[in-house]
Amino acid sequence: MMNINRIISQLAGITLISLCSFSNPAIAADDDQFKHAERLYDTYCVQCHGMNRDGNGLNSTYMSVQPRDHSDPKGMGDIPLEEIAEVLKKGGLAANKSVLMPAWGEIFSDEEIDQLTAYLRHICKCGSN
Amino acid sequence: MIKAHLLAAIIGAGFLASSVTTFAADGSAILQSQCASCHALTQPEKVTLDHIWERKGPDLYYAGVKFNKPWLVKWLQDPVRIRPSGVFYRTHIKKGEKADVVDESTLIDHMKLTQADAEAAADALMALTGPEGLIETGKFDKDKKASPMAKMLFVKLRGCSACHSTGDGKGGLSGPELQTAGERLQPDFIYSYTKDPQKIDKGVWMPKLAISEQDLQNLTSYIVQLSGKKEAK
Ligand code: HEC
Ligand code: HEC
Ligand code: HEC
Repeated sequence: MMNINRIISQLAGITLISLCSFSNPAIAADDDQFKHAERLYDTYCVQCHGMNRDGNGLNSTYMSVQPRDHSDPKGMGDIPLEEIAEVLKKGGLAANKSVLMPAWGEIFSDEEIDQLTAYLRHICKCGSN
Repeated sequence: MIKAHLLAAIIGAGFLASSVTTFAADGSAILQSQCASCHALTQPEKVTLDHIWERKGPDLYYAGVKFNKPWLVKWLQDPVRIRPSGVFYRTHIKKGEKADVVDESTLIDHMKLTQADAEAAADALMALTGPEGLIETGKFDKDKKASPMAKMLFVKLRGCSACHSTGDGKGGLSGPELQTAGERLQPDFIYSYTKDPQKIDKGVWMPKLAISEQDLQNLTSYIVQLSGKKEAK
């Protein structure tokens, strides 16, 4: 005998899970392609840019310049890929932005910078270039 | 008759053994038995991101070049939180009303040691000096006073406040508080860590920033003099 209740509750579970991941697309990289970049982001960027990638990180409260909202398609889409890579490597100052955005070139390899750049394009849903 | 002697001998031996451990605490034994489950006491062979995510306490294998011993003895008896968001901020935060906030319910209080055990453990920790050349000794000029610009460097120009608080209720929460850093840390360690945190704690979420020698001297002097006292507003 099939247990209809169980099926219903499983269905509900699945819908719930997909709802959650739908409302929070940035949290779970749907692609293996972004696994490593997502891990790097969670380790180094979330402290300022936030769990939701919206600029409201743990440190943002007292910062005089607010971290960029990485979920904003317009704001992020307007930054050329080269500038993103440059800012990641050399910090905000390299693009006349705030020193509060640090330089990460001493931690990440060039390949990792490229992966993070692509990941940022992915989470703002603003295309690949 | 024989039985009674044996019993007395056993009790005597037991008494002797327990009095040895209470009167002359063995620091390394304490570290191994009570601390190693959370702290790396020897350098991990290969540091990966997983180490950063999974460690339960800060690495202590270079404690001898990091801490001032009097601070260790005091803190081990009466630990006060240093890292507002735990040993790894990412696993201790939740969504707040606007910004992410510390999830206090996930933070635990540090274990306390008796005075004798704290002294023994501090001795043993001071003997853990890590790999050769981990920190630069003698570069920091202890005799020079911090320039009046130093605070501005820390707060604004170099952006240290984004991740560190200095006791005025402001500043970032993802890094250790620095208002007690002067009391806690050796000046050469402060200098070396500010210069290249990745050399000392590879993979840590404080990046290596390009800081001039002069700024390094001023930042170090500034942090050294913060030692415990409340900062003037
Ligand atoms: C100490 C806090 C802090 C950390 C950590 C941090 N950022 Fe930022 N970031 C900022 C701030 C502040 C800005 C806004 C700068 C401005 O608008 O002047 C910013 C801006 C940016 C921008 C936009 C640059 C532009 O040209 O407008 C990108 C892209 C970015 N951050 C990516 C990252 C990534 C990726 C990481 C992790 C590797 C990271 N940030 C970590 C604070 C931080
Ligand atoms: C349950 C895990 C756990 C155990 C067991 C533990 N610690 Fe810790 N320890 C921590 C955590 C977490 C911190 C970070 C506390 C903070 O920043 O406020 C810490 C911090 C420290 C610090 C300061 C390190 C720094 O870099 O700031 C010292 C020193 C220390 N512990 C020594 C010890 C000693 C000695 C023992 C054994 C007697 C011990 N700990 C047992 C988890 C542990
Ligand atoms: C992006 C965040 C971030 C920024 C910006 C930052 N730090 Fe840090 N800092 C950290 C973290 C994280 C640690 C160590 C975490 C740990 O040991 O658990 C640290 C540790 C330190 C320590 C050693 C403290 C201790 O108790 O172990 C010193 C000293 C220090 N930072 C100075 C500075 C100075 C000076 C600046 C500005 C030039 C700065 N930091 C900027 C995140 C940051």
